[in-house]
Amino acid sequence: MTALFKFPGGVHPPDHKAESNTTPIRDLPLLPRYVVPLSQHLGKPAEPCVSVGERVLGGQMIGAPKPGVSAAIHAPTSGRVSAIEARPIAHPSGLNAPCIVIDSDGEDACITTPPPAHEDRETQLTRLRNMGLAGLGGAVFPTHIKLAPGSDEHWPLLILNGAECEPWITCDDRLMREHADAILDGAHLIQNLIGAAQILVGVEDNKPEAIAALRSAANTASQSNISICPVPTLYPMGGGKQLTYALTGRTTPSGGRTTDVGVQVFNVGTAYALQHAIRHGEPLTRRIVTVTGAVKNPGNYAVRIGTPISALIAAAGGRTPNAYGTLIGGPMMGFDLASDEAPVSKMVNCILVKDNQNFPPPAPALPCIRCGACARACPVSLQPFEMHWYARAHDFGKAQSFKLFDCIECGCCDHVCPSHIPLVSFFRYAKSEIWAREQEKDAADRARVRHEFRSFRLEREKMEKAAKHAAAAKPKTEVATAPAAVPDADPEAARKKAILAAAMARAAEARKEITPKNTEGLPEDKVREISEIESRRASLLQSVHDSIVKEEEEESSPAQKESP
Amino acid sequence: MSPTPSVARIMTQVLVALSPGIAAHFWLFGPGILFSLVLCASFGLLFEALILKARHYPLRPFLGDGTTLVTAALLALALPTLLPWWLYAVGMLFATVVGKHLYGGLGQNTFNPAMLGFAVLIVSFPAQINVWPAPAALASYSLSLRDAYDMIFAGARLHIDAYSAATPLDSLRVHLRSGQEATSLIGAQLIPDLQARDLVALSYLLGGLYLLARRIITWHIPVAFLGGIALTSGVLYLLDPAYQAGPFFHLIVGGTLLGAFFIATDPVSAANTPVGKLLYAGLAGLITVMIRSFGSFPDGVAFAILLMNSAAPLIDAYTQPKVFGHRRRHLPGDKP
Repeated sequence: MTALFKFPGGVHPPDHKAESNTTPIRDLPLLPRYVVPLSQHLGKPAEPCVSVGERVLGGQMIGAPKPGVSAAIHAPTSGRVSAIEARPIAHPSGLNAPCIVIDSDGEDACITTPPPAHEDRETQLTRLRNMGLAGLGGAVFPTHIKLAPGSDEHWPLLILNGAECEPWITCDDRLMREHADAILDGAHLIQNLIGAAQILVGVEDNKPEAIAALRSAANTASQSNISICPVPTLYPMGGGKQLTYALTGRTTPSGGRTTDVGVQVFNVGTAYALQHAIRHGEPLTRRIVTVTGAVKNPGNYAVRIGTPISALIAAAGGRTPNAYGTLIGGPMMGFDLASDEAPVSKMVNCILVKDNQNFPPPAPALPCIRCGACARACPVSLQPFEMHWYARAHDFGKAQSFKLFDCIECGCCDHVCPSHIPLVSFFRYAKSEIWAREQEKDAADRARVRHEFRSFRLEREKMEKAAKHAAAAKPKTEVATAPAAVPDADPEAARKKAILAAAMARAAEARKEITPKNTEGLPEDKVREISEIESRRASLLQSVHDSIVKEEEEESSPAQKESP
Repeated sequence: MSPTPSVARIMTQVLVALSPGIAAHFWLFGPGILFSLVLCASFGLLFEALILKARHYPLRPFLGDGTTLVTAALLALALPTLLPWWLYAVGMLFATVVGKHLYGGLGQNTFNPAMLGFAVLIVSFPAQINVWPAPAALASYSLSLRDAYDMIFAGARLHIDAYSAATPLDSLRVHLRSGQEATSLIGAQLIPDLQARDLVALSYLLGGLYLLARRIITWHIPVAFLGGIALTSGVLYLLDPAYQAGPFFHLIVGGTLLGAFFIATDPVSAANTPVGKLLYAGLAGLITVMIRSFGSFPDGVAFAILLMNSAAPLIDAYTQPKVFGHRRRHLPGDKP
């Protein structure tokens, strides 16, 4: 048993676990139609590899992973591809996104790819990538990337995250109770892949049944290097960095990942899916989803990816009469679902139907009285009231100086605020404003570099012209000294070049300084937004450099022609 | 499940925490406190409503948040009872309109509104404000509601000399100036009603402990404020035992405990970081004793807290806690 450490802050929201954790995980009957979004994970969306009208089998890859951060998607059942088009998806933006629509043929014929008896690590990782494995705790980061330590990295400790601190959600709880063996087997597979010496399974102590199930599974597996560690029930214990701190006392540096302190963290659901992928050759086509709140039969369901959320709610007995809205995820970090027709994707761990009793309409926000309740609740020791103050005043630089980008948007501050201020919304807004401004600043930097180079070029042309005139004015007999004039002009050109280089270095330095840090743990859409901005920036910068180099070449070549 | 936190709930609990103090005040000084409470609250709500209206703010959420009532209660407890009614009006006018709304309203005020109102009164009307009803005299003649009414509204000054007396801090100052030694004064009970005042102090302490238990306030400010007072007065006492009153006296008298638990802890105007709170309240304690011992005002709590209010933003800026995952705390001038 390891010693436990208390991270700062944290809150105890009413947990509402009992509504959904008493019944076993149920299966959903086969549906006539599934809608599989192409982007269900962090990074680049999958590339469709089937065409409309094509017949597919269950478990067949229908979207191939792109290079880099990406994962595959698969057909949830056999049938025909009826459309590849934008459809509503479960995303905070409420926007439509490309999906592959599959009309099932009712046979549910599946591809079975028996796993090879032995395969090396690289093939196994590629296979996981093609199996569409992604973190099922909510961040949906492609799993194969988290399994490959860099050459200079060493991850001696593997933590399985079964904390499930978010209220209402019980899918990990039920999974741990019912499939503890498979989870621990999956943990050992991960352990072998990343070369960890020890496994800790962190479970909040409000799940005694899950802890008991895991312990008995650990005993029968008779592995000595795995410990089941009950941790105090304290939101946000399930945050990767928080759980790592609670179990090991190691503080993940700001802007870093837990792997910086030698710890890799996986959700228990991911371990389970990985075990199925490696042992049974099953791609990730279903996950456990909690359906709870204002539905008649709350509980957990094993749901095929692509199942419309309306069908899932109907399977849970439908909404109660006073229900009014739907959250994806829990009340602390979840978001409002725009359309019930959106399908279950790999990130959907809970469908929480709201009613007035449990989710009364928010009270009107009063001014902040600086009571400091938010600062005491913050698990990262931020001063949310100060950040709110400056975000409200559009003083984003100051908000950033209060470490805005260390905010994990857990919602503890919202939960305790006596003035009912939606603090996290303010912080998200401030972050997106800062990113937008950074883009503008970047564009201005590029313009400045171009301008400085242009001035330098005009100056150089003028000097070259002057030198030429001077050379022409001199008598022909002194032509031998003319080449000597060129080296004379060179130091000046070199000086200009140095000025240009210095200006560009300054601009790069300035960019580096204002680059926001710690983008880990951000919601999926934000990370995607950042990566888009980054990639745009990189390509633009590259094009500027290219154009400058090209201009240089174009200018220097005529000069060379003239010099002899 | 605890009810949803709200500003009104916090303020209600502060009022509950003040109730033992109000009861003790009633017991010691008679029914005048009821009048001053009602007057301060009424004027406070009236001015608050007028200024909210003038600023186009909705009345209901802001009148209902309880902050004006807390300000009124604090001012009523800080002021002597049996003052003419218009002094309470002036105090609440400055507290709500100038102290709070001219700075931007709820949550924006640099200074504690009640203390601002009190400071205006004590500077502008020192003659009236330094006259407290005498507890000893009241013990032999129980002041009726009718008497109190006459004095407050009809300007009756008939009994006032008989029933008023200097406060302990006042008489200490007067006696010391006349060459007597502090130790003999306190020992010979020349300072009136010191024991009776223990009860008032204890009842504020009781209310403060309730606030601590309900997590409305943290321990930092009361402990640092009382510590600052005890330490400063202790050092002064060691240096000059003959003419200094000593820590125990300073902790009991005047506005010490009211200030420690109810005024210095006002989150809007106080420092907010853990280290900042200690610094802010400790220095407020030091200034309090300095004003009492060397200044020209009898009590220094109000001015000390107002002074430190103005320093609170600076203190906060230099005492930011270390953010999780960072090596050290952020200081002004660091890169974001």
